[in-house]
Amino acid sequence: MSGASSATMPLRARAAIVGVGESDQIGRLADKSAQQLHMEAARNALADAGLGPGDVDAVFTSGRNMANEVPEYLGIKPRFVGGTQVGGCSFLVHVEHAMAAIAAGVCSVALITHGESGYSRIGMPRQRWGDDSVNNQFEIPYGAGGPVIGYGLAATRHMHEYGTTSEQLAEVAVAARAWATLNPRAFSRNPLSIGDVLSSRLIAWPLHLLDCCLVTDAGGAVVLTSAERSRDLPAKPIYVLGAGTSLTHQMVSQMPNFDRWDAAERSGAAAFAMAGVSPRDIDVAEIYDAFTIVPLLALEALGFCGRGESGAFVTGGRIAPGGEFPMNTNGGGLSYTHTGMYGIFLIVEAVRQLRGQSGDAQVNGAELALCHGTGGEWSSAATLILSTHD
Amino acid sequence: MSTTYTGPLPVPTPESRPFWDAAKQHRLSLPYCESCKRSFFYPRPFCPFCFGEDVSWRDSCGRGTLITFVINHRPPRSFPNQDPLVIGIVELAEGPRLMSQIVGVEPSPDHVVCDMPVEVVFDDVTAEVTLPKFRPTNRATPL
Repeated sequence: MSGASSATMPLRARAAIVGVGESDQIGRLADKSAQQLHMEAARNALADAGLGPGDVDAVFTSGRNMANEVPEYLGIKPRFVGGTQVGGCSFLVHVEHAMAAIAAGVCSVALITHGESGYSRIGMPRQRWGDDSVNNQFEIPYGAGGPVIGYGLAATRHMHEYGTTSEQLAEVAVAARAWATLNPRAFSRNPLSIGDVLSSRLIAWPLHLLDCCLVTDAGGAVVLTSAERSRDLPAKPIYVLGAGTSLTHQMVSQMPNFDRWDAAERSGAAAFAMAGVSPRDIDVAEIYDAFTIVPLLALEALGFCGRGESGAFVTGGRIAPGGEFPMNTNGGGLSYTHTGMYGIFLIVEAVRQLRGQSGDAQVNGAELALCHGTGGEWSSAATLILSTHD
Repeated sequence: MSTTYTGPLPVPTPESRPFWDAAKQHRLSLPYCESCKRSFFYPRPFCPFCFGEDVSWRDSCGRGTLITFVINHRPPRSFPNQDPLVIGIVELAEGPRLMSQIVGVEPSPDHVVCDMPVEVVFDDVTAEVTLPKFRPTNRATPL
C-alpha cells in the first residue's frame, strides 16, 4: 500500500476506528425508543474501545431530530458535534468529518451513533417532508410514496440499457441471505432462492418484495480516535485510509443519469485516491443494499467491474459465502437489519471482518475493506476504505 | 370527480406558484434563464446552471421522452384507487426532466418502454389543482 503521501493526502490513516457496537437486540423491539437504541449502541461501542462516555469529546449523529438530542440523552457535552443528514450513508460522511476534526486536533475521541425505531416507530418524528416541500409538490402527487420508486427507476433504465435481468438482481438478495445464515444477529435467516425472490409480490416493477430491504429497529455506533492514541487502546486499530463523499441531487427526478451512479463514481474515486489502493486490493466489501439494484450500480461506479457488467459480476454466487468477492458479509440490509439509515452497520461489519471477529462469516485474512453507502434516492454517496495497517 | 379526489396534493410556494397556476390553465410552464438561454426545473427564482436571476416563464411544447419508469403496485393508501401506477421520469423537449405519471397505457412493461415519446395531458384532480401527466404519443418530439 503506497502512492498516497501524508503531504498530498493529509487525512490518510490519521484516525482509526477503535470501537464498534450494535444495540443489545436487533429486530422488532416494541419496548425501546430510537434514543435508547442510540444509547445501547454507544455504550457497547465505547466498551469495545475500552473507553467511557467521559472520554468522548465529539458526537456525530444523524436522524430526523436535531443533533443535540442524542448527546443530551447520553449525558455527553461534546466540544465538537456533527449532524450531517444526507440519508443512510450519513454515518460514513461522519467518519470523514471525524477524521478531519481529529487530524486538525479539535477533538480526540469521536462517537458516531445511530438509533432508529424504523419498524416500531417509537421516539420517531412522523413526517419526512413539509407539505410545501419540492418533494410533496413534484413527486408525491404522482404516487411516488417511498424510496422503492427512486431506486426502481434506475433498475429499469439499467435493465433497458444493459439487459440486466430480474434474476441477476435476485442474486444480490440470495447471497445476502446466505451470509445472514452465518450471522446469529441477522433478522432473516431462512434459506432463500432466486425463485423465491422472483415469485414474491411486485412492489414497484421491476422490484419485488424480496428485492427490498428489511424494516427493523436497531442501533449502531463507531468510535474513532487518532492513530497515535488508538495504539494504547485494547482493540486492534482499524485505520481509515480513504474517505470520499458526493452529492448530486435530492429529488430522484434530478438524478444526472439513471443507468450509472455519478455520486458513487466520485465518492469512490476520492476514497481510492486518498487510500492509494485500487479496487482489486479490496478483500471484503460492505455495500449498502437498500434494494438489490444498489450494489449493482455501486460495483460499476466503484470500479469493481465495467459499466453494464454488474449483473454478470454477481451471478453464480460470486458475492455469496465462498465466492471470490465477499460482499455484505453480515447479511446486509436485505437480511441482517435495515432501520432506515443503515450506513453505520456497514462500518461495524467491516471493522469486525478486519479484526477477525465475524465468526462463521469471517473472510480469512481480510486486511482491506471497503464500505459504501447511499443516501436519499441515489442522492448522496459515501465511500470508506479501512485497513489493518496504516 | 373533483370532490372525491383523495390523493396527496401539491402545496405551492411563492416560487412554484406560476407553475401550478399555469397547469390549472392547461399549460406546462417552465422557468427559463434569460442569461444562459435554457429552461430548468423545478421552479426557482434563479438559474441553477449559471446562478443568474433573470428568470422568465415559457410554456413547454409538452412533448418529451420517457427516460425511465416503475410500475407502482402499492400506490399510497390515500390514492383514489389502488390500481398499479406508472411513475416515470420525462425529459421534455426543452431539456428539463420531471417526475410524472404515465397514463393512457396498460401498466405493464410490455406496453411502457424507456425512450418512448410522450406528451402532456392535464388531469384536473380538484377544482383548484391540475396535475400534468403524460401519455404515449406518435407525434415526433421537436428539437
